[in-house]
Amino acid sequence: MNVRKRRVWIRSLLGAAIAAALASPAWSQETLKIGLLATLEGPFAVPGQDCMRGADLALKEKKGMAGGKKIQFIKLSSDATPDKAVAATRKAVEQDKVPIMIGPLSGDEGIAVKNYAKTQPGVTFINGSSGAQATTLQDPAPNFYRFNTEGAQWMVGLGEHALGKGYKKMFLIAEDYGFPYSQVQGFMASYCAKGGKVVDKAWVPLGTKDYSSVIARIPKNVDALLVVLGGADAVNFLTQYEQTGGNKPMVGGSITVDQTVLNFKGKRRASLLGTPSAGPMADSIDTPQWRKFVADYRAAFKDGFPSPSLFAYLYYINTKATLDALDAVKGNLGDGHKAFRAALQKTNFQGPAGTVKIDANRNGVGTTYITEVSKAADGSFYNKVIKTVPNISQTLGLSDAEFKKMGLGSRDVPDCR
Amino acid sequence: MSAASWRRAMNAEAAARMPARPLPTQPSVVVGIDPSAPTTSRWLEFLRRELSVRHVVVLVGVLIYPFVASPFFTYQIGAQALALGLIALSLTLLAGYGGMVSLAQMTVAGLAGYLVAIFGESAATAISLNWPWWVAVPFAVALAVVFATAVGWLSVRTEGIYTIMITLAIGMALFYLAQQNYTLFNGHQGFNQLFPPKIGDVDFRAPVPFYYLALACALVGYFFVKHLVRTPFGVALQGIRDNPRRMRALGYNVMAHRVAAYALAGALAAVGGVLITWYNNRISPGSMGLGVMINILVIAVLGGMKRPIGAFVGAIVFVLLQNFAIDLVDRERFNLVIGGVFLVIVLSSRDGLLGLWAMVRSRFSLQSRNTNQWRHP
Repeated sequence: MNVRKRRVWIRSLLGAAIAAALASPAWSQETLKIGLLATLEGPFAVPGQDCMRGADLALKEKKGMAGGKKIQFIKLSSDATPDKAVAATRKAVEQDKVPIMIGPLSGDEGIAVKNYAKTQPGVTFINGSSGAQATTLQDPAPNFYRFNTEGAQWMVGLGEHALGKGYKKMFLIAEDYGFPYSQVQGFMASYCAKGGKVVDKAWVPLGTKDYSSVIARIPKNVDALLVVLGGADAVNFLTQYEQTGGNKPMVGGSITVDQTVLNFKGKRRASLLGTPSAGPMADSIDTPQWRKFVADYRAAFKDGFPSPSLFAYLYYINTKATLDALDAVKGNLGDGHKAFRAALQKTNFQGPAGTVKIDANRNGVGTTYITEVSKAADGSFYNKVIKTVPNISQTLGLSDAEFKKMGLGSRDVPDCR
Repeated sequence: MSAASWRRAMNAEAAARMPARPLPTQPSVVVGIDPSAPTTSRWLEFLRRELSVRHVVVLVGVLIYPFVASPFFTYQIGAQALALGLIALSLTLLAGYGGMVSLAQMTVAGLAGYLVAIFGESAATAISLNWPWWVAVPFAVALAVVFATAVGWLSVRTEGIYTIMITLAIGMALFYLAQQNYTLFNGHQGFNQLFPPKIGDVDFRAPVPFYYLALACALVGYFFVKHLVRTPFGVALQGIRDNPRRMRALGYNVMAHRVAAYALAGALAAVGGVLITWYNNRISPGSMGLGVMINILVIAVLGGMKRPIGAFVGAIVFVLLQNFAIDLVDRERFNLVIGGVFLVIVLSSRDGLLGLWAMVRSRFSLQSRNTNQWRHP
C-alpha cells in the first residue's frame, strides 16, 4: 500500500468515525426525553445510584410510557458540587434539548440549578432530592418544582417529642453547612416556642474526625444532645463520646440515625435504644402503600439496598409527580408548558409515605415521621415509627409573618439559650 | 526577595544580553531587536515573526466559532475551555519553561475568584463590599499575584517532587481555610450570584459576549507567554530550568528569576480564575479543592507543556471529555473513559496531544518530515 492510498484509507476511516459520533440516534416521534441528574461521583456516589433506581422505578410502574409517549431518561452525573450540577444540567437542556429536567441530589446543587432554571423559562425543572430551604423560599424560580419536603420540614414535631421525653435543656452538635442549619431550625422552631432551651451550639466542619474539644464543651446540666451529623461523622462522635464516659441521651437528625449508627457495636449500644429522630419516611412505615413500594423496589433492583433509601424515595415521588402530570395533559408540552405546569401544580396523590402535593412556592407539603430506635425480634436495631405529623408546610407550622421574622436557618438562627 | 535585587538580576542579564538562537528553519528572522525601538514596532515585529498561516486560520476559526456553534458549545465548551486553558497556561509557563510543577495555580485562580466575590457584589451581602467591577477585579488580580509571589518565594527553595508537595500543601491549606472561615470566605457555602459585568449594552453573562471576553484574555495570555519566552528573562528562565547551577555560576540570580516566573504565572492564573468564577456565577471551597487542582495539571500534561498552545488544546479535550464521556458508556462508569483517554495519551506520547500531533504529522505527511516540530524548546 503506497503512502497516498494509506492516507486516503485512514482519512476515510477517520471521517466515518466522526460521522458515526456526530449522528445522534434517530428517536421516533413518540419519544420524550427527560434529563435525570444525580451524583454518580464523589462522596454521594452510592446514594446517587439509589436516586437513579427511585426514578427508574417510577418510570417502570408506568411501563416506560407517560402521556402516550415513550419516556427516555438522559442520565447525568455531578459530584455534589453546584458547579458540576449546573454544567450537567446545562448540557441536558442546551445540548440534548430536554424539555423536562429532574434533579439534583444535594442542597447547594439545588440552589444553583434553581438559579439556572431562571435563565431557561421554556424548560420545566423538577427537584430530585435536594432539600435546602432557600431554593423555594428565597427568590424562587417559576419553573422549578419540588414535590418533596425539605430539611427543616423533616424535623417538625421532633421538638415537642423531645420535650415530651423531658429534655428541657439541650446541647447541639451539628455539621457546619446549609442542610444541618435547616434541620436545626426545623427542630428548634417548635422546641424553643414551647419553652425548651438549646444552651450552646457546636458547629463542626463536615468530615470532622476529632470531637474531643466539642465533647469537653458539653455542659453537665443538659438533659440531652441534639446530634445532627451524617454517616461516618455520627459514628466517630458516638465512639469518642463513649470513650470519654459521656452518658447523655441523644436526639438525631434525619440522616443521623441510619444503618451505620444502628449497627454501632460499642458498649453504649443499648443506650441508643429510644433515640428519637425524624424524617420524611422511615423503613418501618406500616402502610400497604409503603410495603408495596419496598416490594417493588426489591423486585426491580437485585443490586439495590435491602430497603429503598431516603434518596430513592425522594426521586421516586418527584419522578412520579412529573409522569402523572404528563399523563394528565396527554404529553402536551405546547404553549410554554402551560398545561403541564398547571397539572404539576394540581398534583395530589397518595405516595408510599403520605400525600404528595405542593404549595404556592412549588414546594412540597408533606408528612414527617417521628421514629425511635427499637429492638427487633432478631436483636437488630431499627427506627420504629412513633408518630406521623401530616401537612407540614415550609413555614414549619408558623404563620408567614412569624416565619419571615425568624428568617432562614443559619448558625445563629433560631436561638434560645 | 526584594525588588532591588530582582532589578539587579535583570540588569545583569541585560548586560549579558543573551539573544534567542536563530532558528534553523527561519534563517531570515532578525533576532537582535534594537532596544531603543518604540514598543509598538517591537510588538509588530514580534507578531510578524510569530504569525503564520495556521495562526491566522486558527484565529479566524475561534473568532467565527460562536456564530456556527450553539450557545451550549459557545459557553460550556468554548468559554470554559478558554478559561481553564488560561489557568493551565500559567502552569505551562512555570513547568514547561521554568521546570517548576506547581499544583497551587488553581489555588491562585480560586483566591482571585474569592477576592472578586469579597470586593465585588454577591448574594452574601454581609461580606461583599460591593465595589464596582473595574475596581474589584484589578484589586483581586493584584492580591492574587502577591499571593502567587509568596507561594513562589516559599517553594523555589525546593526542587521536583518537593515543589509539588509544598504547593499541594499550600493549596490544601487555603482550601480548608475557605471551608472553615465564615467571616471572609463564607465557609462551605461560598458566594453565589457572581455575575460578569454589564458594559454599556453588552451583558457579559450572555454566552457570546462572555466567549469573546474569555477569548480576548486567552489570546493576550497566549501571546504574552509566547513573547515572554523569547525575552532575555524567558531565555534565562529556560536556562535555569535546564541547569540552575550553571546559570548561577554565570551570575544569574536563580531565585529571583523563579519567583518572578511565579508572579507572572500568578497573573495569568488570577485572570483565568476570575473568568472561571464568572463562568460558574459562584465560588465555593470545592472550586479550588484537590480535584480541580489536579485537573489543571491533567489539562497541562494532556495538551503538552512544550508550547503554550498545549494548555488550550488540553483544555478543549478535557472539557469535551467531561461533558460527553457520559454519553459513550454506562452512566456509572464514564469516569473510566476519561481516565482511559488520559492514560493512552500520556503513555503514547512524550508530550501530550502536541507530541501526538507531531508524531501523526511526521508519519502521514511527506512534507513535514523534514521540518522541525520543536521550534521552541
